Amino acid sequence: MSEESSESVESIETSEPSETSAVINLVQQEHPAAILSTHRHRSDETLVLKREFIQPICRLLRDHPDCQFEMFVDLTAVDYLLVETNLQQTERFEVVYHLRSLSKDHRIRLKCPVPENDCQIPSIHLLWHAVNWYERECYDMYGIHFEGHPNLNRILMYEQFQGHPLRKDYPMDKQQPLLELNDVEERYHYGRFE
Amino acid sequence: MSASELTTISAEELKPIHLPGAIIPAPPEESDTSIMRIEIGPAHPAMHGIVRLTTYLDGEQIVGMVPEIGYLHRGFEKESENSKWIQVIPYTDRLNYVSPVLNNIGYSMAVEKLFGVEIPRRAQFARVIMGEISRITDHLTCLAACAMEVGGFTFFLWFIKAREYLYELLEQVTGGRVTINWTRFGGNGTDFPDGFLKEVEVRLEKVREVIEEGDQLVTRNKIFIDRMKNIGVLSKDKAISYGFTGPLLRACGVPYDIRRADPHLVYDELDFEIPIGEVGDSYDRFLVRMEEMKQSISIIEQAIDKIPYGPVMTRERYLGYPDKKEVYGSIEGLIDHFKMVMEGHHPPAGEVYQPIEGGNGELGFYLVSDGSGDPVKCRVRPPCFNYVQAMPELALGHYVADIVAIFGSINMIGGELDR
Repeated sequence: MSEESSESVESIETSEPSETSAVINLVQQEHPAAILSTHRHRSDETLVLKREFIQPICRLLRDHPDCQFEMFVDLTAVDYLLVETNLQQTERFEVVYHLRSLSKDHRIRLKCPVPENDCQIPSIHLLWHAVNWYERECYDMYGIHFEGHPNLNRILMYEQFQGHPLRKDYPMDKQQPLLELNDVEERYHYGRFE
Repeated sequence: MSASELTTISAEELKPIHLPGAIIPAPPEESDTSIMRIEIGPAHPAMHGIVRLTTYLDGEQIVGMVPEIGYLHRGFEKESENSKWIQVIPYTDRLNYVSPVLNNIGYSMAVEKLFGVEIPRRAQFARVIMGEISRITDHLTCLAACAMEVGGFTFFLWFIKAREYLYELLEQVTGGRVTINWTRFGGNGTDFPDGFLKEVEVRLEKVREVIEEGDQLVTRNKIFIDRMKNIGVLSKDKAISYGFTGPLLRACGVPYDIRRADPHLVYDELDFEIPIGEVGDSYDRFLVRMEEMKQSISIIEQAIDKIPYGPVMTRERYLGYPDKKEVYGSIEGLIDHFKMVMEGHHPPAGEVYQPIEGGNGELGFYLVSDGSGDPVKCRVRPPCFNYVQAMPELALGHYVADIVAIFGSINMIGGELDR
């Protein structure tokens, strides 16, 4: 068992030889200050960025003829509170983007560390239609503010919900206060406007 | 973060896409009574699952719509983060409950990718066969409900009958019809019972007949075409920007199928065609799904011809559960089993994203492991999240009665949408 366990804690960097792809080289050329690190694990390419640069880099990835990531696949966040690991994250949260190019047939993952005491990141909702709801979901679940989002409201939870359920410090068995029925009725008036 | 630190670029520089977002008309004047707001759902028979569409009408024409989701949110991710890796498999059954096998396969493949192992070939073929059966049940359910909502009740009953043939097949292998919990990391929970593959062929023949009958009943039916044609059209570029995948994107004319684009399992050894539509309306989605079922049947038949004999579970230690014969017959097997059950799986630290072609589109699992045996993150990328987001755009300018024709054809599954 000792052999297996020592194998299982191998770090990401050593697990596969790093061969930088054309996309990563391009981003390195265009925005050398933006990249914190890159890695390739199980054939998934990852770029770790400074959050300030997320808008220009996403624009570059979408529009540059060598990249053409015209499909926005997924957006989520990871909370590393209390996680002791060698994943080498620097801040509590990490916002994770997945992009896919149909014409070039490749994928990429972008990650932006976001500190706990300044929980915000520029919104990229102007670049793809799909981003709008994903950013709302991420805000709902983790409380990360997407600056410039036109409608940053809760999407899966209800408006009066307190806290952000996917944060690691939100207890599993926490109960929420009951809603006053009045609020609900006032909010939803049906029928013709008068 | 102060404003000066931010490298934001102006809106023009970003070359923004035309963004309708949630189309909410400006609050009408007091005297303006031309805009009416009605709530469709959450508990409406034409809403598959629970979703609310706040619809703004001018006369009977839709001028705005705000979908509201989350009524079926059960905290899949929170539950998963507080479980062991293997305990998440039953939860995945409950995501898309009309094609549970595909969810099982997607999650197991993601964990196997985290481990970096390949599963035995027989297990891969078995996953293809079961997955395609599941895809047919998904499409049958979607089309049946879609046709019923526009008035074709016979079609509904026939297709649900065909779905039942296939559910009974799933039951023979897994013991359950809907919540099946079949795959394991490194292979499948059970091998096929004796005579199963013959039975599959017999039943597929029956299903093919039902599809043929349904095709004759509905596809060229004037009433059906009038209800579906040119309803809910979305252009190619917009569909890609909205993150459409699966049958909906193919109906818009983009031949993007993850079985071909990111080959997984043994799909690259099997021969099948990717049907695409022309316009991207509800009728095209119907036709694409009809054709895909036929392709799935052909995939299953090829897989049955090619499936090799062998184990269905990897021999990798501390990944696959040992065979029951070993557990009860040898001390090593018993110890392995005990350690697996008590300690769970320990995937090496890292993160993976594994997409598969679900019944409805790209089903992605993004997993993060810290090597401790508990998932740090277990994220599902549901395909229909994007479809419901695009509902305002699909419905704009149509009439109230068209909402069911559009909503039926995007095949929203509540369990997967709200997780």
